Amino acid sequence: MTESEQIARLQGVVEDLLHEARNQGADAAEAGVSAQTGLSVTVRLGETETIEHTSDNGLGITVYFGRRKGSANTTDLRPEAIRESVAAACRIARYTSEDPAAGLADPDLLARDVPDLDLYHPWQVDAEQAAAIARECEDAARHADPRISNSEGATLYTQRSSFVYGNSHGFIGGYPTTRHSLSCAVIAQQGDEMQRDYWYDSSRVPSELADPAEIGRRAAERTLARLDGRHLSTRECPVLFRADIAPSLLRSLFGAIRGHAVYRKSTFLLDQIGEQIFPEWVGVTENPLQPRGPASAPFDNEGVATRYRELISGGVLQGYLLDSYAARKLGMQSTASAGGVRNARITSSGESFADLLSKMDRGVLVTELMGQGSNMVTGDYSRGAAGFWVENGEIQYPIEEITVAGNLRDMYHQLLAVGTDDDIPSSIKTGSWLIERMTVGGN
Amino acid sequence: MSHSIAIARETLLDTPGLSEAHLDQVMNRLLSRRVDAADIYFQYARLESWVLEDGIIKEGSHSIEQGAGLRAISGDKTGFAYTDSLELSRLLDAAGAARAIAKAGQHGTQAVSAQGVPAPLYPAINPLDSLNEEQKIDLMRRADAAARAADPRVQQVIVSLVAAHDIVLVMDNAGQISGDVRPLVRMNVQVIVEHNGKREQGSAGGGAREALDFFLVDDRAVGYAHEAVRQALVNLDAVAAPAGMLPVVLGPGWPGVLLHEAVGHGLEGDFNRKGTSAFSGRIGQRVASPLCTVVDDGTLPGRRGSLTVDDEGTPSGNNVLIENGILKGYMQDRMNARLMGVAPTGNGRRESYAHLPMPRMTNTYMLAGKHKADEIIASVKHGLYAVNFGGGQVDITSGKFVFSANEAYLIENGKVTRPVKGATLIGNGPEVMNRISMVGDDLALDGGIGTCGKEGQSVPVGVGQPTLKIDQLTVGGTAA
Repeated sequence: MTESEQIARLQGVVEDLLHEARNQGADAAEAGVSAQTGLSVTVRLGETETIEHTSDNGLGITVYFGRRKGSANTTDLRPEAIRESVAAACRIARYTSEDPAAGLADPDLLARDVPDLDLYHPWQVDAEQAAAIARECEDAARHADPRISNSEGATLYTQRSSFVYGNSHGFIGGYPTTRHSLSCAVIAQQGDEMQRDYWYDSSRVPSELADPAEIGRRAAERTLARLDGRHLSTRECPVLFRADIAPSLLRSLFGAIRGHAVYRKSTFLLDQIGEQIFPEWVGVTENPLQPRGPASAPFDNEGVATRYRELISGGVLQGYLLDSYAARKLGMQSTASAGGVRNARITSSGESFADLLSKMDRGVLVTELMGQGSNMVTGDYSRGAAGFWVENGEIQYPIEEITVAGNLRDMYHQLLAVGTDDDIPSSIKTGSWLIERMTVGGN
Repeated sequence: MSHSIAIARETLLDTPGLSEAHLDQVMNRLLSRRVDAADIYFQYARLESWVLEDGIIKEGSHSIEQGAGLRAISGDKTGFAYTDSLELSRLLDAAGAARAIAKAGQHGTQAVSAQGVPAPLYPAINPLDSLNEEQKIDLMRRADAAARAADPRVQQVIVSLVAAHDIVLVMDNAGQISGDVRPLVRMNVQVIVEHNGKREQGSAGGGAREALDFFLVDDRAVGYAHEAVRQALVNLDAVAAPAGMLPVVLGPGWPGVLLHEAVGHGLEGDFNRKGTSAFSGRIGQRVASPLCTVVDDGTLPGRRGSLTVDDEGTPSGNNVLIENGILKGYMQDRMNARLMGVAPTGNGRRESYAHLPMPRMTNTYMLAGKHKADEIIASVKHGLYAVNFGGGQVDITSGKFVFSANEAYLIENGKVTRPVKGATLIGNGPEVMNRISMVGDDLALDGGIGTCGKEGQSVPVGVGQPTLKIDQLTVGGTAA
């Protein structure tokens, strides 16, 4: 089946669903259907270890009887499963309460056309070819240094998906996407000490994936750098979050400005629109329409047209992340955020990674974070960490078994610099973050 | 034949029109000269969830998950494909895709010993129907009302109720067919409290492999509401937690997440076969203080982590992992057991038909010791007493693990004093286990809330422990 035939088939399923919902008495309905196929091949110690053929269908429907709603989803797209799902959603809607905020997105906000964001680039790779690529990646890691003693393997994963969303306002739209990734994790040993680390790349386009050997070498380099880790005594000092883990600090920001957290008052950034959250030089944007972008989408999960947006400008919070429900709860308008933030980016203050180390002079470079450890209601932040001790602007030695703690509100205010080193395979683009002062727990 | 197997056969074979001859045909397709082991896993799952928020029943959702996963193993190589259709043609296609791995493999044989059918550990019921909709809604409203009545500072209450009905059937290459009907229910109450402009949260809940009236027994639903409010109010008064190495006393029950992270994952068979765990090759060695005996027990009736048979058809077991500080054994699925030359332990689990099985924990806990909880606390001059936790994480290769306290107190001169803010605790598994210097007589299991993630797969688990004291552990507070 070609992708356009697949989209047409899924559009048929959505139309059937909406029709079935009307037949069962719903006043309004919305449905999303997806179909995904993929191949995942793992090579370990030079040999093919697993070949996985993935194939996932999913369908979700929400029906409204006045302002009461019910939902159902299924992985089974046969007509009888669809009828059962619609019936289940309608039955549930008899028991949910009238909720003035419930309902479809406002018709005025729905996408009028579906721009082609160039997200579909299938890879005609079979299991043997996939294994050869994964092997090249793992070989590069294993042969990088004699201390690389073991491997968790390298995995090539390629998938193609189609997604269609429609609602009873008459909106229906869909598009195909692809995603390809290559990852590698190896183990280094020195005496009794073992350390593990990994690296990966991910892309919409096969030819844009990083060179397999380069991914492998980087996995080995990251792993080797951890050997001989020392403990650190407890102190307060500046902390530099390396670019590959810095996206988690923006994810905390997005969690805090999610409309659902705001109307529940379960966020440390309550009523902060127009307030200074970061220093003045900081800007955070979202660009869902970025061609080939890792999180691009022409419309959100409710059919609302997406657009470029400033979330933070001049360090000031510009708005929340709102779906229709949260928007109505707060008396605002949807920001096309059903399904999350898409292709976020934070401005760099212009320093290279080396500049950031010099600027910090003496402090902790964090390269791994462990555990959850943030309280989104208060902003209190406490995570397990590993990284390097930096002195005179230079990396001295690896450190492990430490904690970094503070409060996210203070950490955002005390952001001294964001590096230009944003070459990371994440849908959140950021360089490394230098934070003025945090508590580092050690021995 | 047990009731569970009869239900599984009817749902997963008779209804879609599959006969044993069809299964043999699919199995023959899956097996080739070089395949050592193979299985076909059928699943029918229904899940229903409800959310109460702002005092109204805001959401309800029904989910269907159904399909079959087909696996062919050759040596240590695995081919896997799955289908959401139980039609014979689709099963045969998936079998053809899964067996392709054998081209790369070597010849071997899998001896599968026939095993008896164990007695079911939970009733073969559909918990979605165990209360009617009015009763489910009433249950949530009672919890909401109890939370709001408990204290005027309660601003927001979110109650969730989930019931899952999972029917599985697995056929291995020896032709043995196992089946299981697994009910699972879960309820949670989350509250936000506000006082003088300061806000905090609290959360409590429980669950079991039982009917939904589990939450009516002993008025559990109301108990969750009171517990969530209590936690939130304690945290409202919390001061900054200490930073650095301190003696830490962990309360009984859910703080057993310590064991899940510090030793549990590191004792899963796959990591040890591959030599990637900090515990690899250490059977018979001391890995914990002599006070520690840790088991993984999938045989506890009705528990969230329990399984009558695992997802490969092996009866679950009560497996001793560490006995008086000495490492005794790993948790195994069939493939890793065969490759390591030991018996499967009933720990082969998978999130669904669309995921490969691997060694996973069930209910992991430490046996009781001889000290009273009071004596343990009294022995600490300056330390932390942590009684409630969020999640944890472990790097099984280096042994580093974290777990995050969300209710903790200072111990000053042998007495529990002020509550402190949540903080992450970090340590090295074997080192921390060796620093356990006192173990309480108050073993408790958690209330049925745990979910474990590994390689992207989530499965329900249980943990437990008595009160215990760790002489030194790094605490990630802000008060340096």
